[in-house]
Amino acid sequence: MSLREHPGTNTDPGATPEDADYHTWTGKARGWLLRRLPADKLLPEDQPSYVASWIYVFGMGAIVSLVFILASGVILGLNGPAWYHVSDLGHFVNSVHLWSVELFFMTMVVHLWGKYWMAAWRGGRALTWITGMGAFLVSIVTAFTGYLLQTNFDSQWIAFEGKDALNAAGIGAWFNVANLGQIFMFHIILLPLAVGAVVALHVVLVRMHGVVPPLEAAETDAQLQRGAQGDTGEAGR
Amino acid sequence: MSTTNLRASRADKDGLARRPWRGTVREYDLFKELTVALVVMGIITLGLSAVFGSPDEPSVTLKSWAIAAPADFVATATAELGGTSETAGYGPPYNKTADATQTLGPLDLQSFSGVQLPIDTANDLVIDPLTTLNSPPPELADWVTASDAQRTTWTTAYSDALTKATDNDPANVAAGDYGPVPVLTDSLLTTAKQGALDGVLTAKDKFYNFDYTRGTLFLGDGAYFGDLATAQHLTGDQWGMMNETGNTPGQSWLWLFSFWYQVEPFASAPNADLLVVLMMLVLSVLLTLVPFIPGLRDIPRWIPVHRLIWRDYYRRR
Repeated sequence: MSLREHPGTNTDPGATPEDADYHTWTGKARGWLLRRLPADKLLPEDQPSYVASWIYVFGMGAIVSLVFILASGVILGLNGPAWYHVSDLGHFVNSVHLWSVELFFMTMVVHLWGKYWMAAWRGGRALTWITGMGAFLVSIVTAFTGYLLQTNFDSQWIAFEGKDALNAAGIGAWFNVANLGQIFMFHIILLPLAVGAVVALHVVLVRMHGVVPPLEAAETDAQLQRGAQGDTGEAGR
Repeated sequence: MSTTNLRASRADKDGLARRPWRGTVREYDLFKELTVALVVMGIITLGLSAVFGSPDEPSVTLKSWAIAAPADFVATATAELGGTSETAGYGPPYNKTADATQTLGPLDLQSFSGVQLPIDTANDLVIDPLTTLNSPPPELADWVTASDAQRTTWTTAYSDALTKATDNDPANVAAGDYGPVPVLTDSLLTTAKQGALDGVLTAKDKFYNFDYTRGTLFLGDGAYFGDLATAQHLTGDQWGMMNETGNTPGQSWLWLFSFWYQVEPFASAPNADLLVVLMMLVLSVLLTLVPFIPGLRDIPRWIPVHRLIWRDYYRRR
């Protein structure tokens, strides 16, 4: 380890954190992160002027639905899977869990198809699309385990019917739909962690790359011209 | 236009998507949008929950089955004893029944796990539960000491007799040589009616239990469970995978998975589950990798839905 002056004593006052000279792995990682995702990208105060459509609200709708899913799920999980059968409050929380899941999928599917028709993977955003699809697919498995945890007639039947596809795929022995303990673990620990991680990565990638510009957008478009009418952006600054 | 030119043209157009936006911007408040979304979605979620609630059809127990459909229960128990039930002939992961797995050419994923959840239907679902009784039927000894051939003769004869009996009622079965089978199945029926079989099957001499595999398979081998599901439009040929009991929406996102089971050649294929799983895997991978698949990734350029989404942008061009 070599001794150096405190970086604060010789840093150029005009330098941004991204410009700093990092020496350690930690510092280099911090520099990489700050370059890829500076604060104004992570928490922006403006967006390109083409971000003006109702289709953009569905991504946020899905995230907010996920918040309600997690909140109601935590309450149900803390009280155990059979609580809602015997408690009015529990039944209401179970209803919130079910309807937030329905809304989650509805908003997520609209978001997904909106992004498809926008070809939103353009300009190096393929991983954003892939993580979005990952979130969709992992969510389907998570919801399936939730339906298995209802501990009522519906979950009994889903377990009986669902086993065949899983057994045919060779995973029924380890993902045993009739094993409540196993499914409980999948539903309240592993799969929510997976959904949370993939959604978080997806959101970070969206912020990192920004919202994709319109198809066929060209440098000659009005919104890319200096002094455009109503211009409040960088081009006019 | 040649492929190279097309690719160059696309790369040129994507160039604008690749670099930071240098055009006009509009004010955007992420936290405000989050807060508004929380309030709006919260009102919608709580409103739907308050108005429509959620279904909670009570579970079926072996007790409720035995009381509601005793003839079906006895017929199923006889099939479990004789090794002719669906579970007995299922193959992995429950048993080693030959040629029972779903295959596609040389692909036999079902055998991949081997018999990880072994179930011997005669012993696990009938004989062992009877041995736990305070006074097991003496006829148990006849069954235990009999040869496999003798057991098959008894169960086949009793199965046939039940089919021919009025209302399939064991009380109406014609006289015949059924060995200990009538007594054993009747004893199991009594145990089930008293509610003892539910606990015995799941607990299997243990205090704690999380595994309902045996009870679920036993229920599924009978007709009663399936009839209840049919009445609730939950079976595979009723798009049941995406339905809930009552009128509440179920897993509607499984519509495509469910769709394949409704159409040929999947609907009548003996390996339908394997075919549908593989089909959905392929489709999921295709949709995930759309950005890299020529043709699929170009559809949004050919069908200009984006003109609606960004109509304001194009109008001001």
